[in-house]
Amino acid sequence: MTEFLQQLLNGLSLGAIYALIALGYTMVYGVLRFINFAHSDVFMVGAFAGYFLGQYLPADTIWGGCVALAGAMAASAALGVTIERLAYRPLRNAPTLNVLITAIGVSLLLEYSGQVFFGAAPRTFPSVFPSRNFDVGTLTVSSNQLIVITVAIALVVALQFIVFRTKMGTAMRAVSLNPKAAQLVGVNNNVVITFTFALGSALAGAGGVLYSLNYPSIDPLMGVMPGLKAFVAAILGGIGNIPGAALGGLLLGTVETFVAGSQYSTYKDAIAFAILIIILLFRPAGLLGRFTVEKV
Amino acid sequence: MATLLQLQQATIRFGGLTAVNAVDFTIGEGELCGLIGPNGAGKTTVFNLITGVYQPTDGTVSFRGRNLAGLKVHSIVQLGIARTFQNIRLFGSLSVFDNVRAACNLHRSTSPLQTLIRLGAYQADEAAITKRAEELLDIFNLRRFRDAPATSLPYGEQRRLEIVRCLATKPQLLLLDEPAAGMNPSEKIELIRLIQRIKTEFNLSILLVEHSMKVVMGVCERIAVLDYGMKIAEGSPAEIQKDKKVIEAYLGEDHGTNLSHH
Amino acid sequence: MPRPHLLLLIGIAFAAGLSALSERIDPYFLDVMTGIGINVILAVSLNLVNGHTGQFSLGHAGFMAVGAYLSAAVTVYLGPQLLGDEPGMFAQNAIFLGALVAGGLSAAFAGLLVGVPSLRLKGDYLALVTLGFGEIIRVIFQNVESLGGALGLNGIPYYTNIFWVLAFVAITIFVIVCVVNSTYGRGFIATHDNEIASEAVGLNTTRYKIVAFVIGAFFAGIAGGLYGHFKMTITPTGFDFTKSIEIVVMVILGGMGNTIGVVLAAVLLTLLPEVLRPIAEYRMIIYSFMLIILMILRPQGLFNFKFGKTRF
Repeated sequence: MTEFLQQLLNGLSLGAIYALIALGYTMVYGVLRFINFAHSDVFMVGAFAGYFLGQYLPADTIWGGCVALAGAMAASAALGVTIERLAYRPLRNAPTLNVLITAIGVSLLLEYSGQVFFGAAPRTFPSVFPSRNFDVGTLTVSSNQLIVITVAIALVVALQFIVFRTKMGTAMRAVSLNPKAAQLVGVNNNVVITFTFALGSALAGAGGVLYSLNYPSIDPLMGVMPGLKAFVAAILGGIGNIPGAALGGLLLGTVETFVAGSQYSTYKDAIAFAILIIILLFRPAGLLGRFTVEKV
Repeated sequence: MATLLQLQQATIRFGGLTAVNAVDFTIGEGELCGLIGPNGAGKTTVFNLITGVYQPTDGTVSFRGRNLAGLKVHSIVQLGIARTFQNIRLFGSLSVFDNVRAACNLHRSTSPLQTLIRLGAYQADEAAITKRAEELLDIFNLRRFRDAPATSLPYGEQRRLEIVRCLATKPQLLLLDEPAAGMNPSEKIELIRLIQRIKTEFNLSILLVEHSMKVVMGVCERIAVLDYGMKIAEGSPAEIQKDKKVIEAYLGEDHGTNLSHH
Repeated sequence: MPRPHLLLLIGIAFAAGLSALSERIDPYFLDVMTGIGINVILAVSLNLVNGHTGQFSLGHAGFMAVGAYLSAAVTVYLGPQLLGDEPGMFAQNAIFLGALVAGGLSAAFAGLLVGVPSLRLKGDYLALVTLGFGEIIRVIFQNVESLGGALGLNGIPYYTNIFWVLAFVAITIFVIVCVVNSTYGRGFIATHDNEIASEAVGLNTTRYKIVAFVIGAFFAGIAGGLYGHFKMTITPTGFDFTKSIEIVVMVILGGMGNTIGVVLAAVLLTLLPEVLRPIAEYRMIIYSFMLIILMILRPQGLFNFKFGKTRF
């Protein structure tokens, strides 16, 4: 039982990170109807931003950790907005496949640039938050896991607030439902899209820092796998659906952790893809999403 | 006259909306029928139902006595029903000739494997297809556009090409979805002649969905009227023009005008 | 004799001729030609799926892996049993051809297994499912210990020579061009162009998509076999989705659906890393940057010729 609870805790901690990244995918898909392949690399840049900030901050302090986190989020948001402006906006009216390929190009560009400028060798993420282990009954909880789960929850709650209680959030929802109609009622789509990218990228950046707290080895290609898995999580929950992304992330993280702890651990990466295929074949709308029909 | 197409209590519901409501309609061999009704009455939905794009929620659609339920669109085309689209759907990346050629696949006599071997049988088949496609284009005055991209044609020619493409599938029943859309009065007269010509030269039945009363009344032998998914009237052009329910549906109550001048 | 067949014979004759002279040619040049040939086969076969039929597959490397591993299994495990320890030239080539075809057929079968469920999806979703399948294939090979597992399969005999590579390049182009430039083949392009209209003229679009997928997978498998017997070592990571993307870039650069363009693009993109070797570090950065610029400025590809009578 302890084993089960321990794995569950680990799974939720991993799942929280997948959820944060998945939210970025789902929000961008919601307003632009395309999958931002470069999102996983924004996650990576967030981790590196946290790393570099951490060099100048005292280790093991809460305020130091918060500065690193905030800094990483800001850097990621800036990167996301820049990518949108330079690479995606010119293709706003192009076929989706073209934008998809451009996104792949941006992703590769970030990865390879990272390898050249940061070096391909992994670095160790500094311990920016105080690190301690607590014993709750028979469970071992690391402070980093607590931070991950707490921050993730806080960010998701903040996101829900923004999307459902602010003017900008309403504008986001309007654009995702009908961009032309949104323009007709005075919404500036470009501003909304920029904001969406900033928000999603900031969450990915936070995910990068939180991920590195628990898995401190960072390298320029670190975003590929978590990115793909977070993406599967977004689809699992229903692409375009915010609670869905969070749910998908948690589910995927948990399932993956249990598989990693079982006899099939070498297949743990394949689990995400298997889930992806099953979902796309049997319930493409995902757990919480809805499917639309093409008009003949 | 043998029955070609029969709709019996055909119904389609999309969630809460009943788009087609228990429609009974029959087309016999060699008939030229029309389907009219105000916008949103469900006319194109009936077409989609007949051609297999939608499956009926209730009721049946049969062709030559055979129930079409569960058949895929391309299978229904194989049985002999062809259709055009409200917004023309040509193959823009293919030439005019290739658009027709693609439709000739239905009656190809060689297997795909023979495209690799290309012996006499394959070459004869390709030659026959080329000849047939060119003849069809010729009949409709499109031969001179043979190698042009299909979408570079003027609008009227594009509509004709879509019809030619249908004819390449050797249909017994041709469904035309608003063929007169976007045409001026003289083009409409041309169209009436074209439709009559197709019917006699190709020996098929035609069902027409159309808003232009001039075209409908000028060419159809029998007309059915839909409103809110239900058939409210059926008869000859003269009968339909005088039918009170039809006039109400189009113009509202208390209008005595007839409908032949649209 | 029909023209395509004549050109095929010329191609194979050229391959044989070049092979006969291979002693006198710079080995580096031959190696580059082999690399080009393998990429041409990959790109032209993917072009049938992505370009002509418009089905965005991101898992082509998975089929290459199936071909590579299965053909290697034949030559490494079956070969010695059938041929003994010192097989002669003829026996070697015979077993190689058999292995390649076995690899191709296995890949084709994998294509069928992946295609049938996936091809009902469109656009983004299809791309993702094929990506997923490609990765699953990779993970499966990573876990098959008898084929080397994560460390890869070594000791594959060096059976690939310039004749086989160029001959299969000729065969691949021949098959694709013949299939597409026929009345039957117009169906692939029609399916891409307007699926609803295609169905409306009696074309079974699902079948067309699956056929394109299977043919594409077959030749990817052949390319995989040629690759395995060229490098003599194969690892699962060499067939991941980065590899699939490389092939997709060739198809896009060449102009989707444009066979000649895709061949040129494959040549260019194989030579480019060689040319950029002095600045090898920056090669991939330039590469990905080019991809972005290409999609923004010239999405129809670099080599797209004007719309003409014969559409390659």
